[in-house]
Amino acid sequence: MKQTEEVKQAFEQRMDHTELMNCMRCGFCLPSCPTYVETGDNEAASPRGRIALMKGVVDGLIEPDEEVEKQLNLCLGCRACEPVCPSGVQYGHLLEEARDILEQHKQRPLHERALRRVVFHWLFPNHKRIRQTVSLLYLYQKTGLKTWVQKMKINQWLPKHLDEMQSILPNVPSPAEMKHRPAFLGAKQPVRKRVAFFSGCLMDTLFMSTNDATLTLLQLAGCEVVIPKTQGCCGALHGHSGEKEKAKELAKRNIAAFESLDVDAIVTNAGGCGAFLTEYQNLFQDEPKWRKRAEQFTGKIKDFSEILVECGFHKAVPLSMPEQMVTYQESCHLRNVMRISQAPRLLLESIDHVNVQELPENQYCCGSAGIYNIVQPELSMKILDRKMKQVQSLQPSLMVTANPGCLLQMRLGVKQAGLECDIRVEHLADVLLESVPQEMKNHGRGGENG
Amino acid sequence: MLKRDDLKKRLSAILGAEHVHDSNEMKLAYSYDATPNYQALPDVIVSPGNMEEIQAIVQLCNETGTPIVPRGSGTNLSAGTCPSEGGIVLLFNRMTEIIELDADNLTATVQPGVTTETFIRYVEEQGFFYPPDPGSMRISTIGGNISENSGGLRGLKYGVTRDYVMGLKVIMPNGECVVTGGKCVKDVAGYDLTRLMVGSEGTLGVIGEATLKLLPPPESKQTLMAVYNDIEAAAQTVSEIIAAKIIPATMEFLDQPTIEVVEDYAGVGLPTDAAAILLIEQDGPSEMVQRDLQVIQRICQAQQAIDVERAKNEEHAEKLLTARRVALSACARKKPTTILEDATVPRSKVAAMVQAINGIARKYEVQICTFGHAGDGNLHPTILTDARDLEEMKRVEQAFAEIFQKAIEFGGTITGEHGVGMMKAPYLKWKAGSSGLNVMQSIKRALDPKNIMNPGKIFQSNPDGEMIAE
Ligand SMILES: Cc1cc2nc3c(=O)[nH]c(=O)nc-3n(C[C@H](O)[C@H](O)[C@H](O)COP(=O)(O)OP(=O)(O)OC[C@H]3O[C@@H](n4cnc5c(N)ncnc54)[C@H](O)[C@@H]3O)c2cc1C
Ligand code: SF4
Ligand code: SF4
Repeated sequence: MKQTEEVKQAFEQRMDHTELMNCMRCGFCLPSCPTYVETGDNEAASPRGRIALMKGVVDGLIEPDEEVEKQLNLCLGCRACEPVCPSGVQYGHLLEEARDILEQHKQRPLHERALRRVVFHWLFPNHKRIRQTVSLLYLYQKTGLKTWVQKMKINQWLPKHLDEMQSILPNVPSPAEMKHRPAFLGAKQPVRKRVAFFSGCLMDTLFMSTNDATLTLLQLAGCEVVIPKTQGCCGALHGHSGEKEKAKELAKRNIAAFESLDVDAIVTNAGGCGAFLTEYQNLFQDEPKWRKRAEQFTGKIKDFSEILVECGFHKAVPLSMPEQMVTYQESCHLRNVMRISQAPRLLLESIDHVNVQELPENQYCCGSAGIYNIVQPELSMKILDRKMKQVQSLQPSLMVTANPGCLLQMRLGVKQAGLECDIRVEHLADVLLESVPQEMKNHGRGGENG
Repeated sequence: MLKRDDLKKRLSAILGAEHVHDSNEMKLAYSYDATPNYQALPDVIVSPGNMEEIQAIVQLCNETGTPIVPRGSGTNLSAGTCPSEGGIVLLFNRMTEIIELDADNLTATVQPGVTTETFIRYVEEQGFFYPPDPGSMRISTIGGNISENSGGLRGLKYGVTRDYVMGLKVIMPNGECVVTGGKCVKDVAGYDLTRLMVGSEGTLGVIGEATLKLLPPPESKQTLMAVYNDIEAAAQTVSEIIAAKIIPATMEFLDQPTIEVVEDYAGVGLPTDAAAILLIEQDGPSEMVQRDLQVIQRICQAQQAIDVERAKNEEHAEKLLTARRVALSACARKKPTTILEDATVPRSKVAAMVQAINGIARKYEVQICTFGHAGDGNLHPTILTDARDLEEMKRVEQAFAEIFQKAIEFGGTITGEHGVGMMKAPYLKWKAGSSGLNVMQSIKRALDPKNIMNPGKIFQSNPDGEMIAE
């Protein structure tokens, strides 16, 4: 009971009352919300409903009980409700604050608490540990352990979706490769911009080749790239899971790592990280000094696709691929938070022989949503099924994504549908690099390790 | 009324437990609609899947005296779905089918839960036209549209929802199913029960199915935007166009503060420093559209429009009208509470009404954005305020009362399309008069003696949930 009282008080004190009132309950956001649609139009599972739930707790109309918490957790955090809201309600901030309050007052069983500590406090904030963990995966994939596990059917002990997940992970680079990352790369064209690169934790290990592709593209576009070693995890995972204090700590580290660099932009290649970086200032509502530093930092965040377009990469480099149909599946956070959806399309359309077709409902989340597909497997799979129906109706031979979570989720969907041989799923950076003429790619790396 | 647990048990027996909800969270989610400052928790929320289930629910409620609040998407603006007296909220989220499109009779038959836009797109794909297009059509339901007799942007030329409802299947408060009207264009067999149900705001029965009239689509359409430095000149243009015997399909008015917030959201290139704009659309055979547009353009210029611009293409036109549709929600960008009114005057009085509204805003020192279906004389003066500022809220109330009064003085009405609900129940007498109200209440009493259907709406209730008699 005491617990509930504390939660109520925290809602009353910490939630932004004006923002809650800014929702005038017009319902315009409802049809864009995947959880509303997938639950058969359940108002409680809609943005308007969730805002009302938060306000209901603030106003003392309802108790913040388990049902309320469940409903807030069922939200994908895809933020498709934001660009369609005529009143400009900042749903994402409300959600993050509410989840943080609930998390802080939650009594989790010991093993769950321990697991969260390991993931949020021990693993992600420390790049070396991430590397080591991914190295285990490398061993698993390379030593024949994987085949052995599959032969012995040990994987049947894993929950079905987790087993499927491990089977679609990319081929992991070796521990040595992950350790020796560049700190500076010169431009491969006359210099147009000097940028910093945000490497990300999973992107720089599990998806290292995509990071390399991105860096090469930037060089080809005429960018000098600085990659500060002191940067770390963006903190999105923490921010979205009610670990705001840890997110703040990580944010401070990144702001400090980048702010002294003399660069035109800080470039990301993962919608999820990029979006969180662009909102760092919201973490520091009551720390004006940090807020100011955060604002300077976020003002420079750009997706790599934007930078490539700004540098005229798509005009300068003759891109080409074998003839095929390609479709772009939006990354929710890139589209709804960073508001980028034209640049990736423009780049794809500049590739010769490629027929870019729009996937119906491509503004709809794929159900990956950070770790949603792990913590909410049921609804996540329903949403993925809906997405796959659209994919099957269009039948592209290549699906392009702009975020690692989406990439894995779409690969999972393709695998489940038995279409691995027909449809490739790739990150935009890998596709673009693939379409760069061979002679340009080989033209020296121009980098130095630091 | 039954105890909630018993009620839930009996409803579950009818519907299956998965379609009956009474968690905290669900009760809160169905406690409000788009009307600011009204909220009340229901006891149970139910989702029937067919007419028979609705019938069984209504019978149970009638037997036990349980209030029923039918609810579409909860976008109404008169507190029409606020369960002010508890009871059950009846949803149509499992009744969203388009049952039939009868091309020979130009009709379509639908379940009440289908959203307006889904329906409009569907009939358009089949080569037909359904004109009623409320600003909320993206999410509103046909059941809600019928029950509020909603208008829309095309109301000027094509009329409102009422003009397209040909027949209904209604579950009456005693649980009987009544079939009204049908596919016949002409039908004078007895009282027109269809029209009685249209606009009845869920107070007379539950609409379970509707047969709607379709039109052949217009051959072509053209849209223009006229920009003014003077708000009254814009309003005057509206009267002049009607006087010139031209009925455009759409004639929408937006004043400066509205233009600003709409442009802020939609970014379609509206002139944010203009005092007012008119969005005018005409449809029909292309020669007629061209001719009308030329005349309209001349009238706009004669009324000192500083700019008259034609939409570049259909996509641009659609963007302009979509921008207009979000006007109300966009107003919420400025202040946390937006309260909108629906005062309607004969079209010749639009200019006078706009002037009166501006005077009232000054008098009570409140911020009013005005936009609306100017061609119908249906304006939406919207007050931007903050419900937490009690002193200002008092002035807001006074301003609204004066706006209603003015509308009636001009021969208008207190609500053009948003319905009475709870919000305007205290003012209904002003428009209907004592005897009019008496007739309405007699009808209500005869059909729903236990006052179970959406009690407290249209007519005020006393604390015992009984209708306050005129
Ligand atoms: C931004 C915005 C713009 C709007 N623009 C317009 C506009 O241009 N023109 C206009 O007229 N209105 C407009 N409205 C008001 C509102 O959208 C309409 O009244 C709409 O028809 C309501 O539909 P709904 O499905 O949301 O119904 P609800 O709000 O759920 O219900 C409305 C009423 O209908 C009753 N009801 C619903 N379904 C049934 C049924 N099957 N049987 C019996 N009773 C039922 C309810 O009890 C209630 O009294 C607007 C609202 C918003 C928020
Ligand atoms: S669109 Fe915006 S204002 Fe309207 S209900 Fe959704 S969040 Fe609220
Ligand atoms: S973030 Fe996505 S899932 Fe959550 S309410 Fe908004 S649209 Fe719905």
